[in-house]
Amino acid sequence: MADKKKKNLPPAAQKYKAFQQKRETKRPILKNCVKAFFVGGFICLIGQFISTFYIYFFDFTEQTVGNPTTATLIFITMILTGFGIYDRIGQFAGAGSAVPVTGFGNSVISAAIEHRTEGFVLGVGGNMFKLAGSVILFGVFSAFVVSIIKTILIQWGGL
Amino acid sequence: MLVGHRTWIFNQKPVIISTGTVGGPFEAKGKIPEAFHILHDDMWLKQASFEKAQQMMMEEACQYAIKNSPIQKEQVTFFISGDLINQITPTSFAAKTIGVPYFGLFNACATSMESLALSALILNSNGAEYILSGSSSHNAATERQFRYPTEYGGQKPPTAQWTVTGAGCCLLAKKGTGPIVTSATIGKVVDMGMTDPFNMGGAMAPAAVDTIIAHLRERNVDISYYDLIITGDLGHIGREVSLDLLHDNGIEIKEDQFVDCGLSIYREDQPVLAGGSGSACSAVGIYGHFINLLKNGEAKRILVVATGALHSPLSVQQKSSIPCIAHAVSIEAGSDAL
Repeated sequence: MADKKKKNLPPAAQKYKAFQQKRETKRPILKNCVKAFFVGGFICLIGQFISTFYIYFFDFTEQTVGNPTTATLIFITMILTGFGIYDRIGQFAGAGSAVPVTGFGNSVISAAIEHRTEGFVLGVGGNMFKLAGSVILFGVFSAFVVSIIKTILIQWGGL
Repeated sequence: MLVGHRTWIFNQKPVIISTGTVGGPFEAKGKIPEAFHILHDDMWLKQASFEKAQQMMMEEACQYAIKNSPIQKEQVTFFISGDLINQITPTSFAAKTIGVPYFGLFNACATSMESLALSALILNSNGAEYILSGSSSHNAATERQFRYPTEYGGQKPPTAQWTVTGAGCCLLAKKGTGPIVTSATIGKVVDMGMTDPFNMGGAMAPAAVDTIIAHLRERNVDISYYDLIITGDLGHIGREVSLDLLHDNGIEIKEDQFVDCGLSIYREDQPVLAGGSGSACSAVGIYGHFINLLKNGEAKRILVVATGALHSPLSVQQKSSIPCIAHAVSIEAGSDAL
């Protein structure tokens, strides 16, 4: 696709793009992957501690512990976002802090804080899911598609 | 007076009689905290929103410039300024407080020099006695408009830049003591098909180079005529690309002659990635730091090239490329300093 886009540009622009690209600082992809792996893994480790804690001290089973663990992680994220720490973790970890549920929580909470000055209804309410909204929409839609496929396979596929 | 196609020479020699710069907490920890006349330790400036904080900074910069000049506020003929927020409300609201006839401009980060060029032209043609000219930006207000919420934990690429929290303005007069504005070249919009809003420097470099070449050609001077060529906010990548483009065009610019405000404000260890940016970047850099070099004789002639990326969040989402502009204004040490 990038190549197709490039062809529509005048030759001077194409030449400049190549010229500029040579001087551009590249994203350190390997370094970012390693950082994301460890920070993401660390967040999951904390999650595991929390669920073990809940199972051990409270009346939860492995099936029911998911929700309170998620809620606790989001609560911690909320505090970290409010104190302005999570965006720094995000700059360091990239996908490592964006992919776990904490990243989702951060995208909702940061938008809510950001739009507080515009009031509760049109500001916070209207903009809270500005970033997370598409995750919810496409997440629910893909779950819907997958369950249709599953249903068809079970009903008619004889699985 | 017009020379060539798009360069004005100011025969009346308008004088920058005073300046005012305001900065935020992050700038205070930077490389040149002494460049800021007023520094705040609070991003909010005790205001209810970042936009109001930006308005406040613009007001303070103007008030400081007037206070440090021999004139009163009532003598100022025009206030010419702009910023990056949607309908340039911080500037317009500041103009309400200042209460001076007002022109609002938008040329993204090139607003500071657009404003200075127009102010000098008005003074040169006897259209005013004193003009306040400047621009402002606020990191959080700009981030939220152009990118993501301030606290959102997205990872920025190393080409991204950091918007300066601050405001800078100068008081320009027909007569007085101080550095003089000698000429200005108005930039053309240059679009090289760059689409990455996280790489402004790379997108703006061709505009800066186009304006510098046009300026030198139309004024018929060599690059060595200027002690410093100061760009607004090209950052690491834009600066390097511009240097190479200038060399390719046969302009023998020296490495230490070509400086960037975005790279002068912050220390290397601050997390600003490719450098500072924003419409306050060139304003505080020039009016706070580089003007002092003219005053104390370290430089005699400087050419300020403020660069701006004329995109909006909407145009980026609609996959338009980023058109860019650069305006150049030459400032020289006044006769008293020579």
